[in-house]
Amino acid sequence: MSVATHEATPAATKPPARKSKPGIEHRPGLRRWLPYALVAPAVLMELVIHILPMLVGIWMSFVKLTKFFIANWSAAPSAGINNYKVALDFDNAVGEGLLKSFGVTVVFSLVTVALSWVLGMAAAVALQPAFKGRAIVRTLFLVPYALPAYAGILTWNFMLQRDTGAVNHVLTQLHLGDGKPFWLIGSNALISLITVATWKLWTFAFLTLMAGLTSIPRDLYEAASVDGAGNLRQWRNITLPSLRPVNLVLVLVLFLWTFSDFNTPYVLFGTAQPPAGDLIAFHIYNASFLTWNFGSGAAMSVLLLIFLMIVTGIYLIVTGRKSRRG
Amino acid sequence: MRLRSFVAAVAATALGVSLAACGGSDSGSDGGTGGDQTLTYWASNQGTSLDNDKQVLTPVLEQFTKDTGIKVNLEVIGWNDLQTRIQTAITSGQAPDVVNIGNTWAASLQATGAFLPFDNDALTAIGGKDKFVPTALATGGKAGEDITSVPLYGLAYGLYYNKAMFAAAKVEPPKTWEEMVTAAQKLTNPAKNQWGMALAAGSYTENVHFAFINGAQNKSEWFGADGKPTFTSDGNVQGVLRYLDLMQKDKVANPSNAQYDNGTKSVNDFATKKVAMVINQNNADSSIVANGMKAGEYGVVPFPAPAGGEQVASHVAGINLSVFKNTKHKDAALKFVKYMTDATTQTTLGKPFSSLPVLKDAKPVFTTDAAEAAIFSDIYNTKSKPLPLVPAEDQFESTVGKAMNGLFAKIATGGTVSADEVKAALQTAQDQVAASS
Repeated sequence: MSVATHEATPAATKPPARKSKPGIEHRPGLRRWLPYALVAPAVLMELVIHILPMLVGIWMSFVKLTKFFIANWSAAPSAGINNYKVALDFDNAVGEGLLKSFGVTVVFSLVTVALSWVLGMAAAVALQPAFKGRAIVRTLFLVPYALPAYAGILTWNFMLQRDTGAVNHVLTQLHLGDGKPFWLIGSNALISLITVATWKLWTFAFLTLMAGLTSIPRDLYEAASVDGAGNLRQWRNITLPSLRPVNLVLVLVLFLWTFSDFNTPYVLFGTAQPPAGDLIAFHIYNASFLTWNFGSGAAMSVLLLIFLMIVTGIYLIVTGRKSRRG
Repeated sequence: MRLRSFVAAVAATALGVSLAACGGSDSGSDGGTGGDQTLTYWASNQGTSLDNDKQVLTPVLEQFTKDTGIKVNLEVIGWNDLQTRIQTAITSGQAPDVVNIGNTWAASLQATGAFLPFDNDALTAIGGKDKFVPTALATGGKAGEDITSVPLYGLAYGLYYNKAMFAAAKVEPPKTWEEMVTAAQKLTNPAKNQWGMALAAGSYTENVHFAFINGAQNKSEWFGADGKPTFTSDGNVQGVLRYLDLMQKDKVANPSNAQYDNGTKSVNDFATKKVAMVINQNNADSSIVANGMKAGEYGVVPFPAPAGGEQVASHVAGINLSVFKNTKHKDAALKFVKYMTDATTQTTLGKPFSSLPVLKDAKPVFTTDAAEAAIFSDIYNTKSKPLPLVPAEDQFESTVGKAMNGLFAKIATGGTVSADEVKAALQTAQDQVAASS
């Protein structure tokens, strides 16, 4: 449309104006391009870092990219929707494995997000009133978030060893439980995984909720106290509704992070991952790198992407509708 | 217009990316026309640590540079990363010139087509194929095709036993599986945390070797002549169960072993005298000695088969050397392979890396114990069976090995594993291999 305006401008009046005042406002070409030029680096990075790999991944999911073709990708024959068929055929070993892993991941994510939120909320509310040493406690709570993930999880790995680990040592000293349980193999692996993931994640919930709490006006609480509302009532009727926008984003982010968590199982279990701790991101990694079948792994990744997009979409629609109603 | 300029921006970006990609592949390796040639060599971890490997190899590589004028850029890569690094190198084309591989991967890596086939000319350039022990050379690739790797270090499994413990319990070194179990039971006392054997029961790479060897002792194959998996044959199921029973039925291994995710942990238990026996490849020697045990304190016998079984005590284990096909220094790379598989170099490296010779008529130098050397040579030359030389071998390793990890975990946490469950687990492994081939 701007091109049309430019052409419509009488040629005689334009050139002198341009010569007399060479400012940005009089150079429509530059003016038009400047925003794009400023946005370009971000767009470029977004394309290179996110969009291109995603597109390559989607392409990979439709070809037979096994060890016979990884040296020469372009020669890989089309697999049609075969990779998806295999991944979704739940009577078959591969599909069954994916389904089980999906189930484990759903349980893991729901429990981890719930625990992290409850702990984060409890700590944030507890630290809401000012008291001596609050800053120290706050800093202490943020340690898991500040530690490099690898170091933190590796320490948990040491602590959860059966014979030499601190956890079993403490349990034995306290005469709790029978014998020395395994924490990193068998069914306990899921408990360990949830514990470590929660330990890593809850401080983020705490930090976000703490920031949210500071924006609630104190006089609301004072007024409620005057009206005789107890602490729990205040929390339910003031804190919770005021934090609603924060919570909406927080829960979604926590869920997306936990659902596609790779580091925790990878560092905690190494190459000996137990079925009870077989999270989906890790499962997909194994499906592509251990069997050298990158097409199949890519198909599983695309399915995971679709699932997360659907969940996010439904979540945003439902919560958005409620917000409007409120 | 807004749309058009957006498209232009995208196109410019895409162009920039593809230009950058071209630049990347160009700068990967320097041109080979000049007199100054530098090879990149990825070595596997053979010594007691990555640093130790570097120290051992550096003087050997300096000698090569002195002899030929070819420089070698060395990188030592740990076992946990090596396969992924090779995969990445193959996928991206940004590869070293020469690389060490676990010889069991040879046929799988050959299938990628990324390695230089050793045809007659190439074999002549490295000193002829006749210098190698035939069983070792046979691990170089699929039968009937030009091999894509040549043997570098030979390894074999042996049953290490603690001489003092055996004497105290008045047991003889076992000759059959049954004798081994009896001896192990006599030497097990869980109350004192004393166990007959240590197993790397959480390591899928170790577990799969024992699945293979125990199956082979039952005269069973893991792949048919057509290259299709035959994991669930009765011999394989019973072989796997026999190995699992060391922890389950015979109770001669600490259930904690289910968490041992590499062979070093079980070897350390043996070296620190917590267990009386361990089955490991002969490179355990360096770790055992490093932990304070002296050469005469332990003995080695072949890993025994059950009475009436096939006398297979090991797979033909070891490390092979491959050249990447897209190397720009093919002649220099072949010279390097020749040098590394030369009798003098082999003797120099045999001791620090505890390896068996892959050359005909060469003497093992990895130990001063003549009996141990003789036994390992005998195992390597007459009691070893090569792992299946099929492209799906790597999948066999990961699927069957991981299935065994799971079965050991079940036993360790108090469950029981029957032959039917072993069969079901192997069936799942077989389906996984079938689905991705």
